[in-house]
Amino acid sequence: MSRPVRLSLFGLAGAGLAAVLVIAFRGLPDFGGYQGVYGQALDGFGVTLRHATDLITALNFDFRAFDTLGEEYILFASVLGIALILREMRGERAEPHQGDAEEHQFADASHALRALALGLTPGLIALAVYIVVHAQLTPGGGFQGGIILGAGPLPVFLAGRYLRMKRIAPHVLVEVADALGAAGYALLGISGLVLTGVFLKDALPLGIPGHLLSGGQMDVVSVLIGLEVSGAFLVAWSEFLDQAMVVKGGAE
Amino acid sequence: MTVLQIVALAAVAIGATAVVAAGDALRQVLVLGIYGMTLTMLFFVFQDPDVGLSEIVVSTVGLPFMVLLALRKVGEHEAERAREKEEQE
Repeated sequence: MSRPVRLSLFGLAGAGLAAVLVIAFRGLPDFGGYQGVYGQALDGFGVTLRHATDLITALNFDFRAFDTLGEEYILFASVLGIALILREMRGERAEPHQGDAEEHQFADASHALRALALGLTPGLIALAVYIVVHAQLTPGGGFQGGIILGAGPLPVFLAGRYLRMKRIAPHVLVEVADALGAAGYALLGISGLVLTGVFLKDALPLGIPGHLLSGGQMDVVSVLIGLEVSGAFLVAWSEFLDQAMVVKGGAE
Repeated sequence: MTVLQIVALAAVAIGATAVVAAGDALRQVLVLGIYGMTLTMLFFVFQDPDVGLSEIVVSTVGLPFMVLLALRKVGEHEAERAREKEEQE
């Protein structure tokens, strides 16, 4: 198809789409004028029924905890897929980086960069733990804290120490965290089945709203998801890093 | 709608266009990270800090890191193939 034909086709389709969008937008409720009954009902129940001041967490980890279980397993399965595809294959050889500058462009990182990385890693880990355990109180939760925790070891890599990063976050450790988080959530659901007769039903005391240990099992779910997400991202990043930095050759 | 919300929406529109317009893949990754920051700002001014917190880490660290490593691997393969071609000639 030549350029003018394509352009005129785009012009026709674009104008049609714009017209349909304008008609559709005119039927929307006013900006900020939320009409949904379900949302308004939940808005009133977060603190009174579940003792959680962050409604988003109450929604994800309590009211719709089963959906979150499914989402967690989507992440788990996709990372499993990455690990499966990127494992060492026939014809590939692992050549660990021996300190030559060609292997790692950041090998000659300045002392300032290394000092910054040294300060960033514990800071990121502390922030992650804070966000995970305050899931039901303030914005954030297992997913947000988990991915910040996963990003914790990355500054060490940026400072030119890939093999040292592996010492902070070894393959076995991140894989175990990933599996523990995923299995723990399912087991928590089964424990609800055993203790109360309903899958994932909360059997823990709700506590006082606003306190660190409140909201029943939301904190437990948050910690498990934090483990799973940080493990999952670190497994994926390590596999990619291995491919880019260590593994050579392979089937074309 | 507040001024901040309009500014955030405009920034997202400009950022998304910039990602598409960036030709070189390596440059595109950097623009993508900045676009992620504008999206974070959008979520924040529309009162959804939960999604904003996820977005800021995913878009500035998670995704660019993977794309950069993939680009490096692709570049390595291409360099190897070019070397093999040279040897044959």
